[in-house]
Amino acid sequence: MSTMASTDLATAVEDAAAHLYVWALKDIPQDLRDALRDAMGRETHKVGKRILETINTNVSVADEQGNLVCQDTGIAVFYARVGERFPLHPARIEAALREGTRRATLEHPLRSNTVHTLTRKATGDNTGHRIPHIHWEFVPDWDGLDVKCVPKGSGSENMSFLKMLVPADGVKAIKRFVLDSIVGAGGKPCPPGIVGVGIGGSADLAMHLAKEAIARPVGTQNADPDVAALETDLFGLLNDTGVGPMGLGGDTTVLAVHVEQAHTHITLNPVAVNYQCWAARRASAHVSAAGDVDYDREA
Amino acid sequence: MHHEITFPTHEATVRALHAGDTVTIQGEIVGIRDATQIRIFDQGQEPPFPLGGAALLHTAPNVRKLADGSYEPMCIGTTTSARMSRFTEGLIRDHGARAIMGKGGLLPEALEPLKAHGGVYLAIVGGAAALETTQIEAIEQVEWEDLMPECLWRFRVRDFGPLIVGMDSHGESLYENVQVEARKRLDESIYARL
Repeated sequence: MSTMASTDLATAVEDAAAHLYVWALKDIPQDLRDALRDAMGRETHKVGKRILETINTNVSVADEQGNLVCQDTGIAVFYARVGERFPLHPARIEAALREGTRRATLEHPLRSNTVHTLTRKATGDNTGHRIPHIHWEFVPDWDGLDVKCVPKGSGSENMSFLKMLVPADGVKAIKRFVLDSIVGAGGKPCPPGIVGVGIGGSADLAMHLAKEAIARPVGTQNADPDVAALETDLFGLLNDTGVGPMGLGGDTTVLAVHVEQAHTHITLNPVAVNYQCWAARRASAHVSAAGDVDYDREA
Repeated sequence: MHHEITFPTHEATVRALHAGDTVTIQGEIVGIRDATQIRIFDQGQEPPFPLGGAALLHTAPNVRKLADGSYEPMCIGTTTSARMSRFTEGLIRDHGARAIMGKGGLLPEALEPLKAHGGVYLAIVGGAAALETTQIEAIEQVEWEDLMPECLWRFRVRDFGPLIVGMDSHGESLYENVQVEARKRLDESIYARL
């Protein structure tokens, strides 16, 4: 039974958020490193291979210098899985994630990207109205908290696409939309990256699911076998387009395709694409009810 | 073919480059971004130093200001170029810049001014900012500091690259070639497998 005061637990979550944001920016996960190295080994196109070599060198240089992998510190997106018996209310978790983001930005310091959408006035600390954005999941019969931070860069986020397809056009239309989106995006989102696809639900839920999809480790598959089959199909099809690293041609257009689905209305067939660049930064922590924090490089 | 070029340079140097060639840069490069170019072209202000012969980099660097007022590079990377395509003609024709460096390519309409006035688009490996930062030896000059971080920057570089000639001065674009080939693959085989 936890005896930790909620203010101490809030501080633990805040500290974790600050650490995760900086850590994610500097040290990309092992599954991604493996995928980038494998892609370099497989690539047969000369320019594509050179680009993948440079990307792998860059990951090592960031390690050696303790520098950021990419200069775009993005918008901090958090994914919080909250156990029903975790002793800190989500309202306090939200405040802690926000404060952690602000502190990391000012203390490191990190480039702040957040501006008012109309006036373009900068806030200076990577927080703002409804930013950072938090995805919530609530877990019954559990007293822990999992937090994942994904700093999402704008080059890839600008390559986001939504279409309300006709149900009669089925999965074929979904595949075609994903292919057309990624070919059309060309080199702009810094390929080869992770293609997140959200299908079903409603317009907003489809894009929300696409954003959940990009946060999954490379090598994971959707638990639903039909959805997993779509992931495999799309992976093969997209890499046959020849768009290649940085859109300059090659065998490797995407490192992974992740699809998340929700049930939908009988007359709906929504599909959303959210792209994550090759620098698919991601870092996680598990926080216990007692406030112990375990950082996790693989989640 | 690989080329090692010291910037600033002349039109003839960039005319010798062809799409698909690789380039490494020595000397000086100039950092610009959206706000910098809006000031030059939309607000009609002369840049505080001339851009003749320059290699321009689409960047908004992370820097630290030192006690003497100078800046130290922290993390310098490159942004997506497409949204700044409309400035190409003015940069090459009116200011005599010779190379534009960024990621993702300029829009196809930039090919014409590159051809007419002698300029190239050099693609950098986007996202590889840690490496790029090690190739910046010094920040030599910063103008229009009120636009921070979208100021007009002058960097001294060593072995800056690798860069790939994405769009040359002869009307060829690797991006266009890749798009044409990808569309052909979609139409001829991929759509049939859905």
